[in-house]
Amino acid sequence: MTQPENTQRRTVGIYRWLAGGRRGFEGYLYVLHRISGTALLLFLAMHVFFTAARLLGQETWERLMAATQSPVLIFLEYLVYCAFVFHALNGVRLILVELGFAVGKPDHPAYPYRGSIHRQRPLAIVLMVITGLLIALGGFELLRFPHG
Amino acid sequence: MAQLTFRIRRFQPGRGDTGWQDFSVESSPGMTILDGLHHIREHQDGSLAWRHSCRMGVCGSCGLIVNGEPRLACNTQVESLTGSRISLEPLWNFPVAKDLVPDLSSLFEKHSAVAPYLVRDDSEDDGSDGRELAQSPAELDQFLQFTSCIKCGVCMAACPTLASDPDFLGPMPLTAAYRYNADSRDSGFDARKTKLAGRHGMSHCHYAAECSRACPKGVDPARAIQLLKRDLVLDLLGVRRREPAPPVDGRAPRTRDGLQAPPFTVPSPPENPDE
Ligand code: SF4
Ligand code: FES
Repeated sequence: MTQPENTQRRTVGIYRWLAGGRRGFEGYLYVLHRISGTALLLFLAMHVFFTAARLLGQETWERLMAATQSPVLIFLEYLVYCAFVFHALNGVRLILVELGFAVGKPDHPAYPYRGSIHRQRPLAIVLMVITGLLIALGGFELLRFPHG
Repeated sequence: MAQLTFRIRRFQPGRGDTGWQDFSVESSPGMTILDGLHHIREHQDGSLAWRHSCRMGVCGSCGLIVNGEPRLACNTQVESLTGSRISLEPLWNFPVAKDLVPDLSSLFEKHSAVAPYLVRDDSEDDGSDGRELAQSPAELDQFLQFTSCIKCGVCMAACPTLASDPDFLGPMPLTAAYRYNADSRDSGFDARKTKLAGRHGMSHCHYAAECSRACPKGVDPARAIQLLKRDLVLDLLGVRRREPAPPVDGRAPRTRDGLQAPPFTVPSPPENPDE
């Protein structure tokens, strides 16, 4: 886009994406979805890198596997699990919503406005409750079998 | 009367961003942000700049950021805000021209890029044959909600996707595109398709729904964008129900007793009685 010289583009950017103003429920889910997606992608790269260490011989492999049993890595693994659960279940909502389901039909704009946000909100809440339960269950399992 | 502090982000061409400046304003019943700005310009600083015109939520000029949320200045009463300090910034996701004045050129460039008008194959729709393009109430309801848009840019400032991709078409232009795609008189779907499905098009929206939350006119751009996506996906799968825009001839309007309306003729000017 063209930009005249006497203006200044100063309000666009990653900061505004992350921190821009107060958001609604779906706004926060949007931010979390991007963050969890990026985290999963990084994990995938790391995972491929770690498993490839098998090529360096059995000893290296075993040392690496022992290292993954450290509490810090187990906790990081739990975070990956949380990101996965959230991303998957929120993704179900996004697939439905982005295919035009659950957003309702065009309505007469009469005040107070109640639009697509209200229509898909129950779906968002149900999926986030399930997400919370699965994350809690995962944490419980992790505490029960700390070296599983 | 409570004393309010208007904390305004200043920007002067040539001098650049000069930071926040506080103004003290006495609130009165029914006072809007716009009233407060007028008060400051009249009594404290004549150089303060902002945009407005209708002062009743119709023209779409007065969008700005109030306490971290995009809104219309004329549509926001100071009493509806909590606290006595009100921070004002120019709309996000646009360059700033001066103080609270955003440069909305990108909004209008993107808007015109989606062909926001009826596109038809026939050339007989100029009304010269006296027939109108009839439309049933049900057909009208498919897009009526999206015609309320006043092009204020508030949704564009609220959009987090636009914040990280300045070339993303954004909620307002995408809604305008759907408004015409969904119009039974339009046949511009294919003409708009490439732009909408392109790199900075609709697929970058992931329903943060901030646009719909912010829109002061109940337009619900987020809904329009998802319906737009559905149509394009169905089209891709080859199962989109496509009723070609009705030909002008097949749509001759009827009078209430079922007869065809007489053709419209341009009335001849009254004869000059002096001659
Ligand atoms: S959709 Fe709403 S917020 Fe966006 S430009 Fe139109 S009226 Fe303004
Ligand atoms: S001054 Fe016209 S919309 Fe606010």
